[in-house]
Amino acid sequence: MNLSNMYQEVILDHYKSPRGKGLQETFGGEAHHVNTTCGDEITVRVQLSEDGNSIKKISYYSTGCSISQASASIMFEQIDGKNLTDFNKSSEEFLAMMQSKGIFEPDEDLLGDGVSMIGVAQYPARIKCALLSWMAAKDAIIRAKGE
Amino acid sequence: MTISDSKIKLDVKKIQLDFPILAREVRNNRKLIYLDSAATSQKPQVVIDAQNRFYETINSGVHRGAYYLAELATDAHEHAREIISGFINIKPDQLIFTKNATESINLLSYAFLNATLKSKTDASVDKRLVLSPGDEILVSELEHHANLVPWQELCLKTGAVLKWIPITDQGLLDYSKVDELIGVKTKIVSISHMSNVLGSITDIELIRKAAKSVNAFFFIDACQSVPHMPVDFTKLGADAIVWSGHKMLGPLGIGLLAATTELLDIMPPFITGGSMIENVSMQKSTFAKAPKKFEAGTPPAAEAVGLGAAVEYLQKIGMKNVHDHERHLTKLMVDGLKNIEGVTIYGPTDDRDRGSTVSFALNGLHPHDVGQVLDDMGIAVRVGNHCARPIMDKLKVQSTTRASTYIYNDDSDIEALLDGINEVFKFFGAR
Repeated sequence: MNLSNMYQEVILDHYKSPRGKGLQETFGGEAHHVNTTCGDEITVRVQLSEDGNSIKKISYYSTGCSISQASASIMFEQIDGKNLTDFNKSSEEFLAMMQSKGIFEPDEDLLGDGVSMIGVAQYPARIKCALLSWMAAKDAIIRAKGE
Repeated sequence: MTISDSKIKLDVKKIQLDFPILAREVRNNRKLIYLDSAATSQKPQVVIDAQNRFYETINSGVHRGAYYLAELATDAHEHAREIISGFINIKPDQLIFTKNATESINLLSYAFLNATLKSKTDASVDKRLVLSPGDEILVSELEHHANLVPWQELCLKTGAVLKWIPITDQGLLDYSKVDELIGVKTKIVSISHMSNVLGSITDIELIRKAAKSVNAFFFIDACQSVPHMPVDFTKLGADAIVWSGHKMLGPLGIGLLAATTELLDIMPPFITGGSMIENVSMQKSTFAKAPKKFEAGTPPAAEAVGLGAAVEYLQKIGMKNVHDHERHLTKLMVDGLKNIEGVTIYGPTDDRDRGSTVSFALNGLHPHDVGQVLDDMGIAVRVGNHCARPIMDKLKVQSTTRASTYIYNDDSDIEALLDGINEVFKFFGAR
């Protein structure tokens, strides 16, 4: 099945055992995003460090398809505890990969298990699913900064 | 056809040959198994040809110009109106061509808004169309957004109040609530004939009686019924019904409104401009009679002609045969789904209460994933909220997977779906 391009083992693993799922009570900014076409939902909470330069703690709760769930779990692994410059680099790399129609050499240092999402970029209807958590995280960070 | 119509089986293999798209391959060189006709139907060659022929031989401005081609185009456009109106047993001038069924419903809702606004300065406006704060509009909980949002908007603008008939756990309207929901304040009742999500068929006669007992206008969203069963406008007893051309083998871009002559006479126009006028001066204009009053601008004539060809194609098959065939497929699908462990069917499970649109869940799996794996096998189903968010809330789900049939589907398509569902469970190691 060509489907294994999209549903790589590592994606199915994150889907079945999501990392870091569950909302933290302490947070500086929160964002709730919904994919209106299929009803996927995610809430992301971000607590920044005191100097405001890094993500002290990120937490999330989400419901939805395997791609959106796995993407949230992978994002958590990749960005929890990172500084905001790294978050921005990872987030831009992920967005570029998803918009590449699958013709892309993703940087594993920036994306971690997220490189496995390259197959999703070949299915236009699913790109939104993969991006949902990243977009919500971006918003939550902006709110945590109080901008 | 001397024996009773119900005995005549559709020759589906022959019908399939009429639909060029069914010959193409989809992902992984798979044969296309199209189970999304509730969203839009495929088109037979005769429809594609009729539309092309319009452009190739008679393309010109309909109802404009006195030259030869303009006459032929106008005749073709009006002939299509005759065919389609005959199909649901109305006179041609009771049929309005719109862009789609959504526009048809907006045509109705805006008639009430425009009448309400105009009534402040124009005494000739028919009072029955004028809404006052506290007046009520009744829909149901299973409406497509197209038969919900326009009425919400009308309520916001006029102070009218929206009420709705709830649905039961079986996905049918809760008819026991109808009496308490319809009263002297009810001015409009607008109900779907068949749910585009659950397939539930509405007891139109019961709703009609209740609506008429308080002299409310009665409208029917017939998008899912006209393509799939015999529909006679006069027997429904509605003031207006709406449906779309593209769900009944016709082209995209053409919708329909059928209404009583009386309603068409009293409704002010929705979209104004060219073609729909009688006299125009710089100060004011008067309007043509229906259908022209409601068909401003250059009409989609090629689409109307294509739809006429679609209706003739369906008439040759016979709508009772279409309905019987789909009931057979529905039973096969519902019974098959019931027998798969881990599948939940939403909506009625008795084929007498439903049409061939079936929503279901594979427990533990998201519809998007289900649809993706089925797609890999060439099976096209719809996943999502089907433009009917309130039903999703009622079912307490984010979305569902939906399969729907038409005349070109056969038993093997249903078997492929059922096999496909087992494959989906296997793929995700669920169940």
